[in-house]
Amino acid sequence: MTAVAVTLPPKPKVDWVPLAIVPVLALIALPLVGSFSTWVTLTVAALAMGMMIFLMASGLTLVFGLMDVINFGHGVFISIGAYLALLVLGPMAAWVASDSVIENVIVLLACIGVAMAGTGALGWAFERVVVRPVYGQHLKQILITMGGLIVAEQMIHVVWGASPIPISLPTTFRGAFVVGEAAVERYRVIAVVLGLLVFAAMYLVLNRTRIGLLIRAGVENAEMVEALGYRIRRLFVGVFIVGSGLAGLGGVMWAFYRQTLTAGMGMEVNVLIFIVIIVGGLGSIGGCFIGSLLVALIANYTGFLVPKLALVSNILLMVIVLLWRPQGLYPVAKR
Amino acid sequence: MNSLLSGDFPRSRLLAAILLAILFGLAFAPFLFPGAQPLNVAAKICVFVVLVASYDLLLGYTGIVSFAHTMFYGIGGYGVSIALYSFGPEWGPMALGIIAALAVSVVLALMIGLLSLRVRAIFFAMITLAVASAFAVLASQLSWLTGGEDGRSYRVPEVLRPGFRLLEEPLFGVAITGKILSYYLVFSVALVLFLLALRIVNSPFGRVLQAIRENDFRAEALGYRVVVYRSIATCLSAGMATLAGVLMALWLRYTGPDTTLSFAIMIDILLMVVIGGMGTLYGAVIGAALFTLAQNYLQVLMAQVSEATAGIPLLPQLFHPDRWLLWLGVLFVLSVYFFPTGIVGRLRR
Repeated sequence: MTAVAVTLPPKPKVDWVPLAIVPVLALIALPLVGSFSTWVTLTVAALAMGMMIFLMASGLTLVFGLMDVINFGHGVFISIGAYLALLVLGPMAAWVASDSVIENVIVLLACIGVAMAGTGALGWAFERVVVRPVYGQHLKQILITMGGLIVAEQMIHVVWGASPIPISLPTTFRGAFVVGEAAVERYRVIAVVLGLLVFAAMYLVLNRTRIGLLIRAGVENAEMVEALGYRIRRLFVGVFIVGSGLAGLGGVMWAFYRQTLTAGMGMEVNVLIFIVIIVGGLGSIGGCFIGSLLVALIANYTGFLVPKLALVSNILLMVIVLLWRPQGLYPVAKR
Repeated sequence: MNSLLSGDFPRSRLLAAILLAILFGLAFAPFLFPGAQPLNVAAKICVFVVLVASYDLLLGYTGIVSFAHTMFYGIGGYGVSIALYSFGPEWGPMALGIIAALAVSVVLALMIGLLSLRVRAIFFAMITLAVASAFAVLASQLSWLTGGEDGRSYRVPEVLRPGFRLLEEPLFGVAITGKILSYYLVFSVALVLFLLALRIVNSPFGRVLQAIRENDFRAEALGYRVVVYRSIATCLSAGMATLAGVLMALWLRYTGPDTTLSFAIMIDILLMVVIGGMGTLYGAVIGAALFTLAQNYLQVLMAQVSEATAGIPLLPQLFHPDRWLLWLGVLFVLSVYFFPTGIVGRLRR
């Protein structure tokens, strides 16, 4: 060994086992479901569902990973994002009903844009007013963000009224593609594509850019990053805003999927989101992605095979994963 | 007195006066405030004192947040409901139902505790939220057992029914019916359970819990198995919540998802603990009494404000009677920031 030899840091080992669970699960389900076309429909529906959950959950897990802040009020950003879409749907009602693909796409993008901007801004305010005074105190974080959730949910009632609001999908996104014998809803395909795009973008930002490097370093050891002269606080505010914006995006997608708006809709998925981030490992984006897919796949398959079991299938999944890996599928280093 | 209160005195004249007033009010509620509605409020306060005290054992004394408290409360309610509905209104089946409910609660609490507290306390909050919501769905789906969304009405043992007369003559102008007896059953069990909780938190065991709350790492270093203590606290608290559920089921003679399992009740409990004062059981009494009174009488006030401000934009909606949770939510957030020790903490300074 000469002194000049440059040793590259060892490549981090990729943990393939959790990754393999998703396709294995799908393959096991195939003979159980029986018919291939039903299986395709179920699987695509689950993937779409999983992507939407991922959109909503990714922000929360990142915020937790970076700053050890658990935001029980995350669900409210989902609801608010969905309600903000109304601001677009009202004036652009004609474009929603039109047959033109371009106009429909513009409406969807406008909804997403408004919702993300709105929830992002709200996230900034939420971080400043609600979360900042309680850094490092988990108990108070839980209580405060829960209180924020109650107040925000009631404010939605004040502004938009207490009764559920129906919304309709843009015309071209309705209906289904028929591939062979399997029917695949168009909107679900859009959700899958959008989810993959966001995941890819997030992956690239986290792994290929300087900011991503800092975020990952911050998750690993925030104090050290600060000692090296970076303002982790600013980074964190940025992540919080992006996380809230993503929740808003997820909220819009979720709202179009359900086609009704209720103030409690965010809180309802919040439970699912918590299961996902616990299963994935708190703070891990990859784990969150796999967790979302697992939760959705299992919910769909059990819903078809043993409907009674579907009610508790998510809890069972969580219990099994935690017994196997108590920190979740991809444990994040120090936490 | 010292051994009755386990040496934990109110330590403030005003607080002691308020507590005595509440105790007096509850003890003689049927005679002081005749009528069905006030008696209902009084019984609800008794039950919630127990429920909130048991929650405080977790939140205030051990420093762990649970969102499954209504689940244990509900298990107690459903235990009585299923037993009385299936086997008739006798004391035997009722005891069986209570024991079964207690067993289910404690085992469930132990399982959740061992699964989540082993890793990090924050897991507990999320896992309890998930489990509780799954349980609520389960209870409303298994309608052959629980009565589903509608819940179930059932008959209680004869002595506790409104038709029963203990004395021929009215006492102080109040007819002593089964309803009154049933109120005193609720009141005395609640009192005993509260004193028991006071005993627990002031025992050496309770001191260890507080040590864990302050610094779990240090407690572990001193040789206390944190997981074990936290799990026991969880089980104790779950058992007490179950008994509170039993009392409520006996009082209402009805058990359904809305009265036992709904998330709204969980939020009520949180508000009561925080506003009354975390980490002191007297806070549970004050919080439960204040909140229940507000719940029943604040809405009337808000309706008046809403009418008075009609015409001004937004204000009528803000003061709409259905929005009372908004104001309590604001109060909640403010009290976590500025009065983390709640009303009791303020009075004790």
